[in-house]
Amino acid sequence: MTVTSDMTTLRQWYPVAYPNQIRPESTYDTTLLDQRIRLSRDDHSQITAHRLADDNSEMATIPIVQRFDTLFSTLGDSPRPLPQIAEFSEDDRRIIHCGSFRVRTSPCRIVENFLDMAHFCFVHTDVLGSIDRPEVLSYKTEYHPETDEIWAVDCQFFQPTASKSAAASGQGLMAHYSYRILSPFSVMLYKSAMNFAGRFDAICLFIQPLSETDCLCYMPMAILDNVSTKTDIIDFQQSIFVQDGIILENQRPKLMPLTPRSETPTRADLSSIAYRRWLKSSGVRFGLQSVEGS
Amino acid sequence: MGLKLYNYGLSGNCYKVRLLLGFLKLDYEIVPVDFYPGLEHKQPDFLDINPLGQLPILEDGRVRLRDSQAILSYIAKKYDPSASWLPDRDATKFSQIMMWLAFAGNNLVAAAADRLVDSSATFSAPEIDKGRQALTILDDQLAERSMMGHSWIVGETPTIADIACFPDAALSNYVGIDHEAFPHLRNWMRDFRRLPNFLTMPGIPEFA
Ligand SMILES: N[C@@H](CCC(=O)N[C@@H](CS)C(=O)NCC(=O)O)C(=O)O
Ligand SMILES: [Fe+2]
Repeated sequence: MTVTSDMTTLRQWYPVAYPNQIRPESTYDTTLLDQRIRLSRDDHSQITAHRLADDNSEMATIPIVQRFDTLFSTLGDSPRPLPQIAEFSEDDRRIIHCGSFRVRTSPCRIVENFLDMAHFCFVHTDVLGSIDRPEVLSYKTEYHPETDEIWAVDCQFFQPTASKSAAASGQGLMAHYSYRILSPFSVMLYKSAMNFAGRFDAICLFIQPLSETDCLCYMPMAILDNVSTKTDIIDFQQSIFVQDGIILENQRPKLMPLTPRSETPTRADLSSIAYRRWLKSSGVRFGLQSVEGS
Repeated sequence: MGLKLYNYGLSGNCYKVRLLLGFLKLDYEIVPVDFYPGLEHKQPDFLDINPLGQLPILEDGRVRLRDSQAILSYIAKKYDPSASWLPDRDATKFSQIMMWLAFAGNNLVAAAADRLVDSSATFSAPEIDKGRQALTILDDQLAERSMMGHSWIVGETPTIADIACFPDAALSNYVGIDHEAFPHLRNWMRDFRRLPNFLTMPGIPEFA
């Protein structure tokens, strides 16, 4: 496969590994946008990355930065800066990552599923949604020109078990959400934190597209929770993520169409419409079905 | 001092044990293990418990067991007075169950070796061809059984052979093996899901 010529897609930072995956004794090979790359740690514990040629020889170096406990790289010149997420520097937060999960579909579909509240009650039944309360209440989408981000704000959804720390109460609650689309293939949500009135957990989804229809998903989180163990928090998130994985891998076509997903959009579709529009106006083609005649 | 299961939610082998404990309505304590990304099962503390560095582990007082098939056998033998999950009086039935347990612990693993986790984790890569072969063998067995009017792998009622085979058979769909070609397997999985006290795991939808 050749690397994409989609300049918007090239000019982004992408997660490529967690720091602890890069060990001094061996190199770590992975793929970014169909380009094979190699990460290694030198004698001074510095991490470097190279593009790999067909014969596995190391070619030009590519930059590596560490943010949100995750290593990011880019194949483009002057990439769009990584987002500012203040919660990751707050002292009382627990920074937890859930590993990287493989999902064989377009990165656009993964972002769209993350934004979609309507799937909670069908896909995460009795956890993030309840079959008898499937309503998506009205919310707003906003464009933030200073950061070129799309936000969906004032979102609410009734959740039987909104988080690991909410499980203890044994009763559901109205969870409040905001979503931020951070770049074409990364998104995060803020979700009301149990026992911390007025504050929100920050849960990110950064996608490493291996190819247009094959991705690794990284989910660093900055969580407010002083009751649950780390293992329990990870277990909760991973279980949800695997439920999404099944749905996502079954969506056809794997490349996402840019046309609205239903002819009569519902409330839940508002953020998806905003996302698709923004992808189009940003010139993204990667992961999308090509539009005939345009 | 009760039953204690060292568990990881996304592990099919741990799920086998949770299934049987659920069918028998037994109380047990879960010890969550940070399998991924923490790789806690490869740390010295866990290696003291299981030198193979694998889940699940069951503890029952002073008994400590590894290997989901062995654990299923232990629980059935000890806690199922009706002996319906592991009929052990009939030599043929008993050893056929052993045969299918071995199949679940060896051949069938290829059908679902969990692709959920990225390549750096310790899950082995799925071997789709070998997995399909194993599913074909299971489908043939179920076809033969259904010609004789039976829905389960061995005998007239479900046994631990069915429990041992269910997770990887069901997960194989998620891993990308199409079940179209295995009609008897699909019927069997549907019947299995309808058993009283059936539990799901992430990756295995409640209805299919
Ligand atoms: N035969 C064993 C296999 C157990 C096994 O492979 N467990 C996986 C989790 S589902 C594991 O711990 N893998 C880690 C490793 O093998 O290093 C059983 O059936 O319990
Ligand atoms: Fe979901």
